[in-house]
Amino acid sequence: MADPLLRVDNLVRRFGGILATDNLSLEVPRGELHAIIGPNGAGKTTLISQLTGQLMPNSGTIHFAGRDVTGLPSYRRSRLGLARSFQITSLLKDFTALDNVALAAQAHDGHSFRFWGNARKERHLRDTARAALQRVGLGSRADVLVSELSHGEQRELELAVALATKPQLLLLDEPMAGLGVTESARMVELLKELRKEFTIVLVEHDMEAVFALADRITVLVYGRVIACDTPDAIRRHEEVKRAYLGEQHAVTRHG
Amino acid sequence: MKSKFNASNAVVAVVCAALVLLPVYSATTGNIFILTLMTRIIIFALAASSLNLIMGYGGMMSFGHAAYLGIGGYAVGILAAEGIGSGFIQWPVALGVSALFALVIGALSLRTRGVYFIMITLAFAQMAYYVASALSRYGGDDGLTIYKRSTFDGLINLSDRTQFYYLCLACLFGGVYLIWRIVNSRFGLVVQGVRSNEQRMQAIGFPAYRYRLTCFVIAGTICGLAGALLANNTDFVSPAVMYWTRSGDLMVMVILGGMGSLFGPLIGAIVYLVLEELLSQFTEYWALIMGPLLLLIVLFARGGIMGLLGRIRRG
Repeated sequence: MADPLLRVDNLVRRFGGILATDNLSLEVPRGELHAIIGPNGAGKTTLISQLTGQLMPNSGTIHFAGRDVTGLPSYRRSRLGLARSFQITSLLKDFTALDNVALAAQAHDGHSFRFWGNARKERHLRDTARAALQRVGLGSRADVLVSELSHGEQRELELAVALATKPQLLLLDEPMAGLGVTESARMVELLKELRKEFTIVLVEHDMEAVFALADRITVLVYGRVIACDTPDAIRRHEEVKRAYLGEQHAVTRHG
Repeated sequence: MKSKFNASNAVVAVVCAALVLLPVYSATTGNIFILTLMTRIIIFALAASSLNLIMGYGGMMSFGHAAYLGIGGYAVGILAAEGIGSGFIQWPVALGVSALFALVIGALSLRTRGVYFIMITLAFAQMAYYVASALSRYGGDDGLTIYKRSTFDGLINLSDRTQFYYLCLACLFGGVYLIWRIVNSRFGLVVQGVRSNEQRMQAIGFPAYRYRLTCFVIAGTICGLAGALLANNTDFVSPAVMYWTRSGDLMVMVILGGMGSLFGPLIGAIVYLVLEELLSQFTEYWALIMGPLLLLIVLFARGGIMGLLGRIRRG
């Protein structure tokens, strides 16, 4: 495969006078786990939202699986195999965990203009959903309402929902946000499993996790890419140290 | 497994049984008044149920739902005035025009959210109200008297009080059954998912707008049927059935009975209209009592009467 799965060219997004995405280009080949890091306000979530279609860029293009998806709405991109998890957990709170995942499976199983049959009795949707829940370790929590799940479980459910859409590319926006030490460790293990199967773009603040997982890391500062390289190279990168890592001492401490 | 029994199911079962047996009671005691009152309540329960589909399950706070009562009613009335008395023509027209109206309103209003959605649906309903007021050929402000009820030759005679009652009841039960199927179908889960979190539903691959619009049209069509029934019940249709306070009445019935509960609108319609009937015998300021009652329900029983009853469980 000569073509990367995801290719972003010269993306620009302004909010008033602020350049949140500044002429950004990026390539993610199939099978890669590509991490995006950067200080708060670097435009990471803005970038993810443009990749999924929740936000439209002012200029530039996004190609996914060889296709220009720049103008497509988010539901069309999801159908093409682009799945996202949200930084701030965004689930259907008054539905059960199983319902949440089954709906994701349903979205990718033909249209839903079916008004008669009981959707909760459709075996293949439920089975797909259970498998995804099992995958993230929530198998025993299937029938619990989302609002009654712990924060850590909700983060895992976010992943299960993304998995159930049969994605080619997972866009994970801070899957470890707000997790405790043991929960984080579990999430890292889970991501290690998932990366064998999926191409992943990971936005994350947890540097230890990023350097343990990533094949390549892109560093964003003020919406610009200041470096894009392997973890080792990024660790040694002078500008990165100055702009970002130095102030947090994250790498020197864990490295 | 949770026990299926709870007080709300028991109440619904008793109410439904009572509704089915009511004409027997009415015939034996000679109490015609109660049959007339309940016919009216059943029709409003059907209208409220259709509103519940979009408001309770779909999260679409339409403040113009009474418009369909008028549209369904005027379809029957105007056709009757023009000499077309067959229900086989009148009723499909009533449903079709209601659906079309819902499609147009929905297509525009569903692009907005929150207060704007409420205001736009309200504005469209008021527009329908003023258009009807301006129809001088069909009574204008004074309304239109329907001299002959819809005819369904060889099938049913709407002028027979008992037959008409059972027709209304069948429409209500049929409507509620339809809504029950829809709510649990793929389509229904999508609509409820969008109510819960639209951004999430888009992100997992659902074009939310189309599903909401379809739901909006289904609800409008069902309410158009209620309008056709109402016009036949009163032998009359006037712009007043579309006035915004009527839409408010429907909302109150849904909230009182329990939003997003299948039989909530039926219970709400019964309680609201019976109370209105009883209180208005004592005082013309019955709304002064109804108001605080509604306030209590909204403040202390989010799920309405059905929600309250649901908390009473045996065992």
